[in-house]
Amino acid sequence: MANIVDAPEGIEGAGFFATSLDKVIGLARANSIWPLPFATSCCGIEFMATMGSNYDLARFGSERLSFSPRQADLLMVMGTISKKMAPIVRQVYDQMAEPKWVLAVGACASSGGIFDTYSVLQGIDHVVPVDVYVPGCPPRPEQIIDGFMRIQDLVKNEPLRRRYSKEYQELQESYNIK
Amino acid sequence: MGNEQAIEIISQKFGELLSFEVDAYGMLNITTPADTMIELFTFLKNDASLNMSFLTTLCGIHYPFQKGAELGVVYHIHSLENNYRIRIKVWTSIDEPNIPSLTDLFASANWQERETFDFYGINFVGHPKMERILNMDEMTYHPLRKEFPLEDSTREDKADRFFGR
Repeated sequence: MANIVDAPEGIEGAGFFATSLDKVIGLARANSIWPLPFATSCCGIEFMATMGSNYDLARFGSERLSFSPRQADLLMVMGTISKKMAPIVRQVYDQMAEPKWVLAVGACASSGGIFDTYSVLQGIDHVVPVDVYVPGCPPRPEQIIDGFMRIQDLVKNEPLRRRYSKEYQELQESYNIK
Repeated sequence: MGNEQAIEIISQKFGELLSFEVDAYGMLNITTPADTMIELFTFLKNDASLNMSFLTTLCGIHYPFQKGAELGVVYHIHSLENNYRIRIKVWTSIDEPNIPSLTDLFASANWQERETFDFYGINFVGHPKMERILNMDEMTYHPLRKEFPLEDSTREDKADRFFGR
């Protein structure tokens, strides 16, 4: 049977396989990310195509969208976020359990895009920390998948103690996350 | 219903208080002082031959160089029976931007007056809930007034350093 994903580096012998706990957990997490789609505009339409049969995000273990932030691993913000919407993005992020990642899809979520105006949040990184930015206006499903795979790389290679590290706590403090 | 007929009916009632003008597209514009505004709208709505019962739209406008009448509100009022439409303009100074509310006459004025307040800071006297409707509550200014920049000050990727300036 073909492997769905390759085994991590390790020592293999007759009847045993030894590797580090980080890698096993990273492998398990990265191939079963539950995304929460926060879709507000045309990037959300591209995401619907990404979920559909042509592009099929299920190939990456993410067919199970979590519309409750409590069970979600990845917040995918797709589309223009107005300043009035910003506290809601932040609340959704706060409600997610650690470990959690954020993907900003498209120009608007990344920087405000064409909406350089008084009513639009100029990038969601003003309210939540972002792990990966996907450029495009809107990005094609291939680009969203590429961004998603960069998230998988982060998840796969994240040390188990990262969330307790000083750097991570400083990052949270800079966003005033309790 | 034509413009001449409407002007005749309205000026019989209001005399010299209003100014009439037909624009390039054949639509009648009436400019009224804020004091007679409610009286004018009540008349247009209740007059049996005009029967203008539909307030289609209203919006604000800002002319910074028109001293003493910087802010205005433009109303479109429509008669469904006569298929006839009039534009009505009311001007006010930016220092005391008070204009009577039409909410008692037309329920459709409610949210549109709130929107006009939100974007131009025009205070509609007698409105039941004169609060922002579209922008976030924390906003400290009225963004469509000309003295405020359209661009957002927190924009980062248009900084000069990214373009070698």
